[in-house]
Amino acid sequence: MAHTFTYPRDVKTVYYFGTCLVDMSFPQAGMAGIHLLRRAGVEVVFPQEQSCCGQPAYNSGFLEEARAVARAQIKAFSKADWPIVVPSGSCAGMMRHHYPEMFANDPEYFDVRKFSERVFELGDFLHNALHVRYEDKGKPVKVTWHSSCHAMREMGATAAAKALIGQLSNVELVEIEREYECCGFGGTFSIKQPEISAAMVADKVEDIRATGASAILSGDCGCLMNIGGAMERTGVPVAPRHLAEFIWERING
Amino acid sequence: MSSTARDRIFARLHAARTTVSPYVPRGGSWQAPMLDKDQRIELLKKRMETVRSEVHVVPEAEWPAKLLEVLKAREPQTMAYGHDAWFGGTLRSKVKGKGLPKLVPYGENVEAFRDELFGIDVGITSTLGGIAENGTLIVWPTPQEPRLLSLVPTVHIALLKADTIYSTLAEAMREMRWAENMPTNALLISGPSKTADIEMTLAFGVHGPKEVIVLVLD
Amino acid sequence: MGSQHLDFTANVTEALADRQLRANFKSALTGLMKKRVAVLPNAEEIERMRDDAEAAKRNALAKLPELLERLERKCTENGIIVHWAETTAEANDIILGIMRSHDATKLVKGKSMVSEEMHLNHFLETHGIEALETDLGEFIIQLNHEPPSHIIVPAVHKNRQQVGRIFADNLEGIPYTDVVEELNAIARKTLREKFRTGHVGLSGVNFAVAETGTLVLVENEGNGRMCTTVPPVHVAVMGLEKVVESLSDLPPLLRLLTASATGQLVTTYVNCITSPRKEGERDGPKEIHLVILDNGRSRMLADAQLRRTLQCIRCGTCLNHCPVYIRIGGHAYGSVYPGPIGKILTPQIDGLAEKGVLATASSLCNACEEVCPVRIPIPGIIRRMRTEAYDEKDDGVVKGHGAKKNLLETLVWKGWELTYRIPALNRFVVSMLGKFGDKLPNVGPLKAWTSVRTAPRFAPKSLHQLAKEEGIRHE
Ligand code: SF4
Repeated sequence: MAHTFTYPRDVKTVYYFGTCLVDMSFPQAGMAGIHLLRRAGVEVVFPQEQSCCGQPAYNSGFLEEARAVARAQIKAFSKADWPIVVPSGSCAGMMRHHYPEMFANDPEYFDVRKFSERVFELGDFLHNALHVRYEDKGKPVKVTWHSSCHAMREMGATAAAKALIGQLSNVELVEIEREYECCGFGGTFSIKQPEISAAMVADKVEDIRATGASAILSGDCGCLMNIGGAMERTGVPVAPRHLAEFIWERING
Repeated sequence: MSSTARDRIFARLHAARTTVSPYVPRGGSWQAPMLDKDQRIELLKKRMETVRSEVHVVPEAEWPAKLLEVLKAREPQTMAYGHDAWFGGTLRSKVKGKGLPKLVPYGENVEAFRDELFGIDVGITSTLGGIAENGTLIVWPTPQEPRLLSLVPTVHIALLKADTIYSTLAEAMREMRWAENMPTNALLISGPSKTADIEMTLAFGVHGPKEVIVLVLD
Repeated sequence: MGSQHLDFTANVTEALADRQLRANFKSALTGLMKKRVAVLPNAEEIERMRDDAEAAKRNALAKLPELLERLERKCTENGIIVHWAETTAEANDIILGIMRSHDATKLVKGKSMVSEEMHLNHFLETHGIEALETDLGEFIIQLNHEPPSHIIVPAVHKNRQQVGRIFADNLEGIPYTDVVEELNAIARKTLREKFRTGHVGLSGVNFAVAETGTLVLVENEGNGRMCTTVPPVHVAVMGLEKVVESLSDLPPLLRLLTASATGQLVTTYVNCITSPRKEGERDGPKEIHLVILDNGRSRMLADAQLRRTLQCIRCGTCLNHCPVYIRIGGHAYGSVYPGPIGKILTPQIDGLAEKGVLATASSLCNACEEVCPVRIPIPGIIRRMRTEAYDEKDDGVVKGHGAKKNLLETLVWKGWELTYRIPALNRFVVSMLGKFGDKLPNVGPLKAWTSVRTAPRFAPKSLHQLAKEEGIRHE
């Protein structure tokens, strides 16, 4: 899968696709992303008709439902050809790589491809398209990082996220053992195969705990909900934080 | 039965053809680097040693002396060889005396020789060449030097002429015209037989030779 | 195969509870992952190798009938007898026929996944023929009456103590030892005797070259060479996807196969067999048979996406990198091919009704696709298995398509679609969740989720609302 994207230059306006999970459960993380974009001098447009990228149905075998919902998103972001920034590597990967697959045999294939090429993951976009610079105003803290599988393998967004964290002078980033390994979320996988998913997240929590970090950062709320829920359940005192929310707090002191 | 199975399989394969447009492969883009002669010898030696082969580079005229040294260090009882191999005469004249093995020519069909062969200590063979890129010997057994010489005895000694070492497998296949000349059996051999099937712990000499010793004749 | 019932959930529960098993897998597979990286060159060069390897396999699939005909013709010219089998039962009968025609009762076997697919050993044993595995890993598990748990390292689930016990319990006059060298020596002594006395040798095939009619086998132990050289008759079995067009396809394929499988630059032996013993030659089999098995493969060829399953060179590296396989091991899959490749191959061979559940055992993390040397889009094909299992449009092609269709899930996803397709409904549902989400009854999916996690929380105000309140432009 392509990891090197062509980033737009002189960006004035972007669309923001908040994702269904952020909308329901992590709206503060979503707002932080909007704030970071605006701080970089970019106008943010949030179409109210947006909802979900369609990945839950797509990954569960319900292609027709996924396509219907995908079409609704494509329509919601069709008034201008601004880049579409997404505070989730997984949803961004869905829209970037899987929308064209889903419509491969349809007349709208090329339109869908054009849409897909406008989709970027938030951290990647901040770093590689907007070249943001941050000044850390927070107290010294040790954190660790978890990439969602799709942020890493579909969107190639890991390096950008780490570069952003690296700009925060009082933040020490410790890498976890087997950083490349899935946390066991996988959307409906965690419901269809709860025991395997539980074994995966338990190992991930153990590796996070071993770092001694006080927070686990990620660009994906799905992983954070999974890891955070498991840590809360087992009393592991590490805070799950979305990267955008974390950065926003650090630069505002 | 099997011919109708064939017909049905091919009917499906041909039918499948029409439904998918053929993929046009890119391909042909990867190649290991081409090396000069010294680099080839050096790399082959390095690669083969990594997998526990013993490699001695010797001036062409001195190989018999090196062979005797290698043998004396091990004191094998028996050494099988091809009577009509290019070095057969040299072996017969040099390999005799104390600490040196009895020479056993592989002169009969395996059916008659098998039981004896399974008890032999050393097999010595020529090679058709070597490949530096992956550290292998090219061995094409012949009526003079049968296949099992390099497999059944506990130690395999191979004679490799330095100017037959190729840089890459692709080059060897091209230069030696494998496509037109495939023998009954063509082998690449990188070292002694090995396994890591128990706890991924590497161990040598599981079924075939426990040692592979290469004399590179320069 | 395919008729035995698979209780995947029970298998998973059992595997996860076995700490020793999990530890054995984790340490072995982590080692294999590291070795693979160490032996591969830089990322850019790997990608070029993968270009070539993928191209070689896709080229072969694009011309499959022609290449198979050419392989058959070349082999026949070279004196190799070619047989075709549509099913595993036919393949077994062919091999039994060969054994009987030589009054042979002892078969020595090199490693062959296709023979596992055929359940050949069991079949031959019921006909009074001893079929002995000679690959060390296969030998160990055969003694213990188990199937392989990995396609490259079949006994990876056993540690040295367990192997020591298996040997002591099953081999005459062998005392217990857990020293690896001694265990290997025991196997060497036992098996060399078998090679010497075997009537027929059986092997798999890694690549069959149509251009020259050559069967290429890679191995480290030498048992493959023994099986294909010492006995008077050699039988090779292969799936029909093993054919490649020419010898020049081999260098990148071999390099990637060994690097991916065992983290090696090359195996101890690359064994290229082109004919039986010729006039004047002193050893090698006098007769070689090649059995080419279909068993559902030709059906996969007919579909542009599914045919890519046939690119597989059985390197096993997708297993090593799979977070699910690492935890549950190979046996839990209840199938010859476990791990990611098994999740796409097994349902296609055995059908979605029997084995469709395997496709649910993936978080779609893409680790397999990232490392597959021939770039099989495994996650995409896993999704396809899921889609075919429900077969909404009734246009499925995989055996057993539609097997999992049910009213409940159909309704759930229809409801999901409406919720996310119709903005007003979406806003209503999200605001209801914000108000009452924490009062959801802990049943069904939520119960599965909360078995090890706290329940998801729903924010009082959605992002839609917050953005609106903050005056974020919306069009
Ligand atoms: S699917 Fe790819 S990685 Fe897995 S065994 Fe086959 S070739 Fe190897």
